[in-house]
Formats: sequence, structure tokens, C-alpha cells
Amino acid sequence: MPLETILNVVTGGLLTGLVYGLMALGLSVIYGVVRIVNFAHGEIMAVAMYAAVVGFAMGGVDPLWMIVPVAVVFFGLGYALQRGLINPFIHRPEHSQFMLLLAVALIMVNGLLVAFGPDARNVQVDYSLDSYEIGPLLVDKVRVICAAVALATCALLFAVFRYTAFGKAIRACADNLLGAQVVGLDVRHLYALTFGLGTACVGIAGCLLVLLADVTPSSGPAFTLLAFIIVIIGGLGSMPGALAGGVLIGVSESVAGLLITPSAKSMLSFALLIAVLAFRPQGLFGRAAR
Amino acid sequence: MNAWQDLKAVVTEAPVRSSAALLVLLAVLLALPLVLDRYLLSVMILILFFAYVGQAWNIMMGFCGQLSLGHALYVGLGAYAAAALYQHFGVSPWIGLFVAVGVCVLAASVIGWLAFRFGISGTYFALLTIAFAEFTRIGFDHFDWVGGSGGFFLTVVQQDRMDWVNLRGHPVMFYYLALGLAVLGFVVSAWLLRGRSGFYFRAIRDNEEAARAVGVDTFRYKMLAVQVSAALTALAGVFFAFYYNNLFPEQIFHISRSIEFILAPIIGGIGTLFGPILGAAVLTLLSEGLHEALAAAGYEIPGVKQILYGVALALSIMFLPHGIWPAIARRFGFHRTRAEPDGGADGPPADAKAPRPPAGPSQSQSGVPVVSTSSPRGGARG
Repeated sequence: MPLETILNVVTGGLLTGLVYGLMALGLSVIYGVVRIVNFAHGEIMAVAMYAAVVGFAMGGVDPLWMIVPVAVVFFGLGYALQRGLINPFIHRPEHSQFMLLLAVALIMVNGLLVAFGPDARNVQVDYSLDSYEIGPLLVDKVRVICAAVALATCALLFAVFRYTAFGKAIRACADNLLGAQVVGLDVRHLYALTFGLGTACVGIAGCLLVLLADVTPSSGPAFTLLAFIIVIIGGLGSMPGALAGGVLIGVSESVAGLLITPSAKSMLSFALLIAVLAFRPQGLFGRAAR
Repeated sequence: MNAWQDLKAVVTEAPVRSSAALLVLLAVLLALPLVLDRYLLSVMILILFFAYVGQAWNIMMGFCGQLSLGHALYVGLGAYAAAALYQHFGVSPWIGLFVAVGVCVLAASVIGWLAFRFGISGTYFALLTIAFAEFTRIGFDHFDWVGGSGGFFLTVVQQDRMDWVNLRGHPVMFYYLALGLAVLGFVVSAWLLRGRSGFYFRAIRDNEEAARAVGVDTFRYKMLAVQVSAALTALAGVFFAFYYNNLFPEQIFHISRSIEFILAPIIGGIGTLFGPILGAAVLTLLSEGLHEALAAAGYEIPGVKQILYGVALALSIMFLPHGIWPAIARRFGFHRTRAEPDGGADGPPADAKAPRPPAGPSQSQSGVPVVSTSSPRGGARG
């Protein structure tokens, strides 16, 4: 197999992987702070993808412009979801939380099915087929744009957590909940804000991914699994880990698609997940034994 | 001997009221095929099937606190093992089921060993079980000996004859098979709860550190719980294969299947004996009822039923956090007078049907089982 083919495939996987990373980052942020595993994560992303599809079909809006309204609306959605529905479950056992989010996911998937039917949808923008030629590499323009936007969003999120007072307060909740309560932080509000940030991330990722892949109502559960694989590999709760895990899975998916068969691509991802869980359960970037 | 005494005690020590209710229920279930039509019979089979898988899952999660979200793996492996042996070599399912159980116990041992060796629990363990189930699903998509993604089919024969040896024939036969499985699941669960391993399971569930501190071999008993659960689930797989006659990796190993299996025990009451049965009945009747109601209203858009189902699930988990059965048991006095300590925020709810700890030399004053140097035997292995 020519080297260029492999390089091209790896580059494509890497760029897609950054979008995956942004999706997983949302899950990781929510888990890292609120300690809730969002089992409806992929379903939320599917809803965002359909929002972008609708925006494009109805008003001809480029999904890249849909990012702004989607991020705002999904932030509000996440805030309301955490504040109204999930917060009473914070101290419930894991299987209770799982059931609640599962019910939310079920309603979302089937809401999409009722509204849009089972057919696959996608968005074809006029620059879909453009590409850049860099030496021997042929890189899709859409992929480059999506990866750049995903990276920028991640950088923004990092900056928010690192430099703003509100980011500091959220990190305080994650590091020491009791301490945060003692100094008078409004933990419920901060948890809801975090959940909002997480869903905004996955909303943006959805607007980007709709440019790269088809969406069907049943994509939701598959994305949830994908996000889980990525954050476990990277380290649940670790922000750089989510990005690195996303890139790793993006590359491994495309390489498996090339070397084995496209339908076996997620098998390799699951094998990676099993290997990581078995030999380094805290993930590649996670801290051992909290 | 110990095991037999445990089993006997399950029968003799149950409160009269519960035993009577149980016997009446069993008699009604035995007589049901006489009055039910074909459709209602299939609904009953579905209820019993989900009750049984729920009971099997409940041993692992409800008793021992290990959350599996990949029980479709054991159903699928069991189904494919028995079906492939029958279709390719003409081996009777009664022999095939031993292979099915063997394969599933092996798979469970690998998963359990990997997880428990490295102290993986909670969410991580649940995700590991999903990973194995999904990995196997995609693997079977490419496993041509059993049809790959195109599906694997058993030869269907005339429906009037009942061939008990090869499990071919009339739904009534499958009804009694499903009933037998549900009874088996109930007896094994009651027996485990009553015996020493049941106490160890619950000690691990409620506080693993404390269980280890008093000397429970937590690794061994978690493995046992996973293996027993997988072995029982394998039988459900054999039943599934011969009842439905077709197997598709996309359906049988899928994560949504695993989730379907665990809804009944969670809704019914996790860690209880009747929870999975009650939950299976409620959920199946709800699902079928919604289907009928929507059909009658001329509103058969795909997805509407699942949305209502999702709303019902959310409401149930919000307002009955411990499940339906504990609430009913408390209301009608089906549980023991001895109050069980509540599982607290971190564990599943305490079992409303928990039997008294047996009085004996191996029992400390506080009710916490003390490990003797001789091998503790629950008798449930194998």
C-alpha cells in the first residue's frame, strides 16, 4: 500500500478525531465536576446535528454559523436539564442516574425519529469537495475547518476554566466539594453551568460533525458509546485526555477502515477500550486512584 | 448438605402469607395456557423471559452490586452456541445448553478477572461490560460460520408437534419452558440469598472495604456472582434461539438489548426476589398496552410508543427510587418483620425480602458473617 494513502488516511482521521475530542470533552467536563455520567451525551449531539440540518435545509445557513445559536440554546438546555431533572439524583446510586439519563436519551432518539423519520441526513455545503494539496497530502477543506473550530472551542474552554473567576469556582467544586460549599459557592448553580458548558461543547461538535458524517436518529446511542470510549481512553475527567483520546480514536477508526474493513472500525476502538480498562483503568492521561 | 438445608429453609421458613401467595401465583401460571389465546400467550412468554433474565442480572447487580450493562453478551453467546451446535451438528439443545453455559461462564470469568484484578468497579466496570458486548457484536457480524450480519436461522418445523428433545414446536411448550426458567431463577436467587454466599454478596455490595476487612474474599465472591449470573443468562439465550429461530448480531448483542434486560429488575426493585418478575410484567404490559392503545387510536408513528415508554421510566425512577416491589411489599405485609438496614445513598436499596441470618456458629453477634478457615460453601458454583 502506498505511503501517501496511509498518510492521507491518518491525517483525515486526526482531523475528524479533533471533532470527536470536542464531543468527548463535554462528557469529560460534566463527569469531572458533577460526577454524573451523561448517558444521553450522544443523543444530545444527534439533536444538535439535526438542528444544523434543519438550519441548512430551511434557511441555507452554513452549519458553521449554526454553531452560535446552537451553543447558546444547548447551554440553556444543559443548564435546565441539570437544575431541573438531574440535580435531585446527584446522591442517588449510579444505576438510578443511569436510568434517568437513559429515559432522557430514549425520548430524544424517538423524538428525532418522529420528527425526521429514519432516513440518514447530511449537509452538502458548496466547499464540501474542496481540498488542499500539501506535498503528497490531499486534505479535505471541510475537515481542516472543522478541526480548527474544534481546537479553538477547546482552547476557549480551557481558558474559561483557567483564567475566569467562574472557571476557578467550578474547579473548586470538582477538587473539594465540601470546601467549595464552606466558602459559600452556589454549588447547584455551578453544577448546572458546568452541565450547560458540556452540552454546549457537544452541540458545537454536532454542528461540525454534520459536515463530515451522516446522521440518523439511531446515531445517538452510537455517539454516546464513542464518547465513552474516548474519555475512558483519555482518562475520565481529564480535559487534555479527552482531546488526545479523540485523536487516537479518529486515527484508529480510519486506519482500521483502510486496513481491515470499514464495518470493523469500531471493533478496534472497543479493543483499545478493553486494553486501556484492563491495564491502565485511569486512562492515558488520568490520575491514578482518586 | 449445607446447600440442601439452605434450599429447604427457603421453603419452610418463608412466611405463610408469602408462601401461599406464591403457590397461588404458580398454580395460576401453570393453568394459564388453557385460557390464553396465541397473542396473550406470546406476551406471557415475553414476561417470563424478561423476568428470568432480570433475575439473572439481579444476582450480579442487586445482590453483589456489580453493574453490568452488557448482559446481551451472555444471551447472545448462549443463543449462538446452542443454535450452532443444533443446526450444524444436530446436537440437542439439552446438550447444547451445557456448552452455552460453559462459554458464558468462561466469558464472564475473563471479564470479571480483568476487572476485579485491577479493582475496576462502578461506572468503569459497566463500561467494560458494554465494550465486551459491542466487541462481540461486531465480531459476530463477520463470523460467517454462524451467518455473519446476515443472521443465523434454525430450521422451522410443523408447529403442532411438540418435540421436547429438540425444542421444536408449539408455543405452549415454550411457555412452560419460560415458566420453568423463571422458577429456576427464583429458586436460585432465594437460595443464594439464604446461603453464605448471599451474605457475602450483600456485604460486598453495601461496603466492599468493610467486607474485605472482616475477611470476605471479595475477588472470589464477585467472580462467583458474575459467573452464576452469566450461567443463568446463557440458558435464556438458548431459550431465545429456539423460540425465535433467528439470530442477528445487530439485535441480540446490541446495547439496547442489554438495557432492555435490566429495566425490569430496576423498575421492579433491585436486589429483591420479586422485583424482576413484577418489573417484567409491568414493563411488558405497559409496552404492549401502549402499542395496542396507539394502534386503536390510529396513531402508529414509529417512535411515539418509545417516547411514552421513556416518560414512564423517568417518572418511575423519580418517584419510586427503590422500585415497585418494595413499596407493595411494605403495603401488603409480604416482607419480614425484621427491618433491613437501608442500603443508603451509595448502594442499592436493602432487600425487602431478606431472610433472617441463620443462627449458627459461623455467625457473629452483629449478623456479619465471619469467615471460617474451612472453605465456605454456598453450593451455587457450576
